[in-house]
Amino acid sequence: MAYPKNYRYTKEHEWVNVEGGVATIGITDYAQHELGDVVFVELPKLGSKIETGKSFGTVESVKAVSEIYAPVAGEVIESNGELQNTPETINTDPHGAAWLIKVRLTNAAELSGLMDAAAYEAYIAAKGKEASA
Amino acid sequence: MESAATPHKSDLRKTPLNALHRRLGAKMVNFDGWDMPVEYPSSGGLIAEHKAVRSSVGVFDVSHMGDIRVRSGLQLDGALAAVQYISMNDASKLAIGQAHYSAMLYPEGTFVDDVIVHRLGEDDFLLVINAGTREKDIKWVRENARNFDCVVDELSDAYTQLAIQGPRAVDVLQKLTPTGLSEIKNYWFTYGAVCGLRNTLIARTGYTGEDGFEIYVPSDVETSEKVWNHVMEAGREFNIVPCGLGSRNTLRLESKMALYGHEISDKINVWEAGLDRYCKMDKGDFVGRAALEQAKAAGLQRILVGIEMIDRGIARDKYCCCNEAGEAIGVVTSGSPSPTLGKNIALAYVPPACSAVGTVLYVEIRGQKCKAQVAATPFYKRAKKTAAQQVS
Repeated sequence: MAYPKNYRYTKEHEWVNVEGGVATIGITDYAQHELGDVVFVELPKLGSKIETGKSFGTVESVKAVSEIYAPVAGEVIESNGELQNTPETINTDPHGAAWLIKVRLTNAAELSGLMDAAAYEAYIAAKGKEASA
Repeated sequence: MESAATPHKSDLRKTPLNALHRRLGAKMVNFDGWDMPVEYPSSGGLIAEHKAVRSSVGVFDVSHMGDIRVRSGLQLDGALAAVQYISMNDASKLAIGQAHYSAMLYPEGTFVDDVIVHRLGEDDFLLVINAGTREKDIKWVRENARNFDCVVDELSDAYTQLAIQGPRAVDVLQKLTPTGLSEIKNYWFTYGAVCGLRNTLIARTGYTGEDGFEIYVPSDVETSEKVWNHVMEAGREFNIVPCGLGSRNTLRLESKMALYGHEISDKINVWEAGLDRYCKMDKGDFVGRAALEQAKAAGLQRILVGIEMIDRGIARDKYCCCNEAGEAIGVVTSGSPSPTLGKNIALAYVPPACSAVGTVLYVEIRGQKCKAQVAATPFYKRAKKTAAQQVS
């Protein structure tokens, strides 16, 4: 699956897409593949604040619970309620329909610390080599 | 995602099918020091594997399981006497060609390991044990069998063990052997040619709650891969899939089969685990018996129950069970979404007073009290065969 060029990525495998001061956040295709079948998603309430690098929710596969870490700080203005009923969308469309939350950015400058698509692809390729070594 | 305690990859043990799993693109995990497939994206992943076993057939590499053979020395009843002393079920009741579930216990009545005991001959037994407890088990068996006239051999690395599981397992395996599989009853075994390999142990056993077989073939890579490939080929018409430890766990959990380190351990006794029917107190002395007698007289403090979640949320291993007031009353030993039932299920130790089916309790999930109730177990039981199926 291609990694959208306009998104930014974290080492913990979240993506963020900023449009007009609003950041949409999700997990990457690599992350969903590592997790396996996603069966449960827990997201923050509207109006809550998320802090950079801190966990703001969880995604659970059959096997395990994974924390989701905030790539940027901000206030939650929307969360993807559809995922409660169809968490498996995270496996099928992680970069699109399975966005998790939208936040109003506190500090847009934070984005410059994140990886672009090319850097993220190189990062996961290196991880793949490590795993098969 | 990896913990700091994970041994270096090169230290992990591998089954003879390791390279094959990797070629299939399996997701590999460290399971008790073994590099094992947890799921195969090529099979459709864990849930698809689980459903394949419930509805048709799947195949598991379970070569990490250990095998201990106990044979008589000069005295003909040495092996039986030893097995009787080191395990809690009554091995004297086993016919040649029959197997049963049992366990080896510490003097405290707690678990060294659970085990399937196969009676290979009058004076010859095969104990199939868990992977993570292999060294501990073999040492324990040697120590506790030393006063009996028997020979204890570890054969773990001699076999590749494949579990072919599901309602169509019999049809798949039948294509690979002239042995009449319908003659083999549940928890019985025989020897027959499989894929041309003579004298292969074929047991109607498994860890999925489904009908199925476990076969034991020579552990060289070439033979192991050949048999695996023949099984896959024979199963093609039934849409057989390779299955990993992930679905093995959800399948056994639905069937309320214990997993060492979870429902049973060196801290948990037989009564607590609810395994009474496999423990024969009247068969004569065995390790752990005296403590179990005392434990029974003293009464139980906790007992294993099935629970299903009412609120959203998945109860998982080590999560706390509490009452309405939020006081801790017990602990979850295994928990998962149940692919068959579409519910979130778990096994947990709770006080006997809270163990009746329907009792409401709470599981603490990331600081939240989530409502659950005690459920009847096993969560899943396969349907009895119809007369028509029995004939086939």
